[in-house]
Amino acid sequence: MAERRFTFGLSRRFSVRDQGGFTTIALLCFVMLYAPMVTLVIYSFNDGNSIAVWEGFSWRWYDMAIHNRQIQDATVRSLQVAAFATVVSTVVATMAALATTRTAPFRGMTAAYALINQPLMVPEIVTAVALLVFFAMIKAATGYTGMGYLFAAHTAFCIPFAYMPIRARLEDMSLTLEQAAADLYATPWRVFRYVTLPLLMPGVLAGGMLAFVISLDDVVITLFVAGPGQDTLPLYVIGQLRRIVTPEMNAVSSLFLLVSVLLVTLFFFLSRRKR
Amino acid sequence: MTATRAIALAGDAAARDAARRVTRNRWLLLAPAVTIITLAAAGPILIVLVYSFLEKGNYAGVIWNFSSEAWFNVFLERGMFDDVVSFADAHLSIFLRSLRLAVMATAMAFVVGFPTAYFIATRPARTRNIWLFLITIPFWTNLLIRTFAIMEILRNEGVINVVLGWLHIVDEPIQMLYTDFAIAVGLLYVYLPLMVLPLYASIEKLDFRLVEAGYDLYANRWKVLRHVILPLVRPGIIAGSILVFIPALGAYVTPRVLGGGLNMMLGNLIEFQFGQGRNWPLGSAISLTLMALVMVALLIYVRATTGREARHG
Repeated sequence: MAERRFTFGLSRRFSVRDQGGFTTIALLCFVMLYAPMVTLVIYSFNDGNSIAVWEGFSWRWYDMAIHNRQIQDATVRSLQVAAFATVVSTVVATMAALATTRTAPFRGMTAAYALINQPLMVPEIVTAVALLVFFAMIKAATGYTGMGYLFAAHTAFCIPFAYMPIRARLEDMSLTLEQAAADLYATPWRVFRYVTLPLLMPGVLAGGMLAFVISLDDVVITLFVAGPGQDTLPLYVIGQLRRIVTPEMNAVSSLFLLVSVLLVTLFFFLSRRKR
Repeated sequence: MTATRAIALAGDAAARDAARRVTRNRWLLLAPAVTIITLAAAGPILIVLVYSFLEKGNYAGVIWNFSSEAWFNVFLERGMFDDVVSFADAHLSIFLRSLRLAVMATAMAFVVGFPTAYFIATRPARTRNIWLFLITIPFWTNLLIRTFAIMEILRNEGVINVVLGWLHIVDEPIQMLYTDFAIAVGLLYVYLPLMVLPLYASIEKLDFRLVEAGYDLYANRWKVLRHVILPLVRPGIIAGSILVFIPALGAYVTPRVLGGGLNMMLGNLIEFQFGQGRNWPLGSAISLTLMALVMVALLIYVRATTGREARHG
């Protein structure tokens, strides 16, 4: 009986595609995925001090979070790092994608490809401690303790994420238009500027957005690389989780979720318009 | 005669020049990406390798003397007063817990993820993208925040305990947070999309005429699933399982938030050695051991996913 409600317009006639109970499990799975996040958002509007007992609707935690100096600073820092990492990693990944697609295999290609994807293959915690050790050496040698370490680390692990959609887009592009432009005496730069880049743009935007989301979300590498007073928003949140949690954390998290969902939605539509 | 040969030679030289230019441009384009990743991701791992063979410093860092002590201490330890060698129970139990939790999370992800992927793959093309989108959103939202969301659900005053209390199923809240159970649920929750997406890709390509043939030959639903569908989507199953297993094994955030500091996984043990433990060589050796485990899993993944074309093509 329950099955009937879940068939979504499909008749109950026997179909080779049906598997008993799968629909129910699938819908439960979607509920399971979203229920915790919805609960988190609901309690961000709780008037009380607790994240468990509902005491009526209020915006006060949002008000508090927005005016919290530490949260403001951490947010600005997160955005700075993400913006830097996004721009640099996307430019660099576009260049790398141009070199590794639409060409016959060349010597070193596999190695370059493996290296670009390396950050995806090594556990984050391993990269994190490696950077801790390496940057400690540089700090000891130069005395520099600024944000440069965070910028460098984030740029590096964002590159494969930016690279993937750009490369996918390039592989779908035929060389004929560029060859036509070259036949009409366009210089290589003009071919790139007026033919390749406009066609590649959806891939570049998608790659840039992925890089931005990945940088904004990072906890582990940031935790090991950030110096004192360099907390990003996720570092601030994970630090607060050790104390008694107030709905202020829910408010911050909800805003964070909102940004992520908006970016992912944008990404989804960009990559769907592909062909 | 000599004139044509001169022209031909000049042509050869031009072609060689062009080829050299292509090669040079290619490496100029690759240089920035390769440099950044070498300096800020891949290269430093070599330092970790070197550190794992050094002596630990008194406060932190290392003393530049060769020592295999760190590697010895990954799984073994010497008695404090005698030189009796025994297994390092503390480390061993963390290795085993990490493996156990990663396997549990992977198995649960399969049980939940397979029907979900099957459901999505059998939707009409029009709605399929919406369901896929719904799976993708959690994947790209902040892992820490999703873990925090699970934490709120599982805590003693959380939704589950409140509902169980209302229904008078339990008198006292069940302690779920800060247990291995909480970590397993958290890992399942954060990595589930990694199971669903490759499974979906496999099931979508499934030829349902084979399923129909199974039914025509009097197989029931279970037998069709067991003997037709599951063998056909095996590459997807392996891909999804490895994609969940790898990040679960190296997880740091989820066990830290949901395990409450006591129930460590490998990621937390590594952090401990570089922090309060002040044993960088040991931390390095454990890091590399984790990396080796992940590499083995990756090799299985590569073999499973590249074998697919060979078998079907």
